[in-house]
Amino acid sequence: MTTEALTKDGVIGALGGTSLSAIDNIGNLGVFSIRSLRWLFSRWPRASVLLPTFYQIGVQSLVVVLITGGFIGMVLAVQTYAQFRSFHLESRLGAVITMTLVSELGPVLAATMLAGRVGSSMAAELGTMRVTEQIDALRALGANPLRYLVVPRFLACFLLIPILTVFADAIGILGGWLFCTQSLGLDSYDYWHHALNYVGPYDIFTGFTKSIFFGGAIALISCHRGFHCGAGAEGVGRAATEAFVWSFVVILILDFFLGVFFANLYFVLWPNAVLSM
Amino acid sequence: MTSSLGEVLIEFRAISRSFGEQSVLRDVSFSVRRGETLVLIGESGCGKSVSLKLMMALMEPTSGRILWDGQDAWSLNEQERNRQRLRFGYLFQGAALFDSLNIFDNVAFGLRQNTDLPHSQIQDIVFERLQEVGLRKNVCRQKPAELSGGMKKRVGLARALAMSPDIMFYDEPTTGLDPIMTDVINELIVQTRVRRPVTSVVVTHEMRTVEKVADNVIMLYPLARLEPDESQVVFSGTRAEAFQSNNPRVSQFIRGEAGDRMDELSLQRKQTVRDSATPSAA
Repeated sequence: MTTEALTKDGVIGALGGTSLSAIDNIGNLGVFSIRSLRWLFSRWPRASVLLPTFYQIGVQSLVVVLITGGFIGMVLAVQTYAQFRSFHLESRLGAVITMTLVSELGPVLAATMLAGRVGSSMAAELGTMRVTEQIDALRALGANPLRYLVVPRFLACFLLIPILTVFADAIGILGGWLFCTQSLGLDSYDYWHHALNYVGPYDIFTGFTKSIFFGGAIALISCHRGFHCGAGAEGVGRAATEAFVWSFVVILILDFFLGVFFANLYFVLWPNAVLSM
Repeated sequence: MTSSLGEVLIEFRAISRSFGEQSVLRDVSFSVRRGETLVLIGESGCGKSVSLKLMMALMEPTSGRILWDGQDAWSLNEQERNRQRLRFGYLFQGAALFDSLNIFDNVAFGLRQNTDLPHSQIQDIVFERLQEVGLRKNVCRQKPAELSGGMKKRVGLARALAMSPDIMFYDEPTTGLDPIMTDVINELIVQTRVRRPVTSVVVTHEMRTVEKVADNVIMLYPLARLEPDESQVVFSGTRAEAFQSNNPRVSQFIRGEAGDRMDELSLQRKQTVRDSATPSAA
């Protein structure tokens, strides 16, 4: 960095410019989201538009989500076994693995995986459409690009990412069970007994609700990046990268705030209860 | 619409358009009359394609007004603007066919979006339009990626014509095509006008296209090489007047001569050589 760039004006100017750009982007994303979501309450796209998107985002992501979920469960078993064993609590591994997967790691890691697989692909596809004037062509042919391109992707992510997360959780719990019983020699009854007793409907609800928010965020951020991508191959590549990075950041931010919200909600609903989260 | 022959359909009134710091159009005014074929010519980067997008309200001007039949296009609400836009057909520079759809679905797209026509009727229209542009039914199941550049342009034209537009916009319809295909596309533009009473605006820098299709010609000049008080429209007149113009900017462009651009390039080269010969202060 040159001396000139380190002068007070240079640093302040750069900070100001970055802040303004960030505020501009957030505002732009907000307007984009509202304009897109308005279409949910007026006219949904046709089944011929929705179904291929659902297939591409839901069905084609299943394998990668199952593999991710399965290994997360097994890794959790590996990491927690030694510590629990030192307290002679290894029989409780089922509870730890299930609770961690259902309320936290399952939704976050499944969403992260899908931000990479689905989000980047959506941003690149829409970015290419923008660069090759296909989005202008849609408007020229009387179609609203937000309704035609964003709404199906939003619906697919919003509805299917939670379902994919449920699959990831289930396979993760099974993976944990498989490793605990086959490799660590734990009793199958202990694993399932604690897994089912410690995890309540509220934990499942919080994990599932988080994944709905994550799905919506991935769709809107990725579509927004695609719609506003720069020129040429470089612009498309950057849009795909930004879609993943910003989705990941927003997933973590949402995870924190939703975690705090659901913890407080729990005490509001059941003031005398002890939170199991 | 009750306009008669020769009536102004689209009017550019003191239009300026900037992209960030870069100004592309400055205070440009002209009009498109019913039934004419207006050709916009000019060097790359002078704002021809931007003008076309502005005319169709695919892009908002920074200042000025675009009038459709005397009505400001941007004073209409979005729904009405979309409805009005259906009067226009647009052949994009790279055809802009939807990659994920096959050729049939591409051509049928506008009809499915905007009409309740039964499939059989849509199919008839699609086949008819493809035939008009010299393509056979057997391309229908192919994807755009499987077609050549010329075929893509023809499918793009068929798609633009499917809704029977009043006004056709052609954005560099012959760019990147071989001379034979260039002639085919030019002929299709002429034939389109013969078949139906369509008004056309063509953006090009191909003089063969100008010769073959133009009634009237407007030449835009890049802002970077104009004085602040000079008009960006350096020529507006008939095709014959364009080819006979004494304006050096017009005649050089039409003849494809670099003219004073060569002097500029030569000066720049000399300056570069001088700069590289001078020892750096650092």
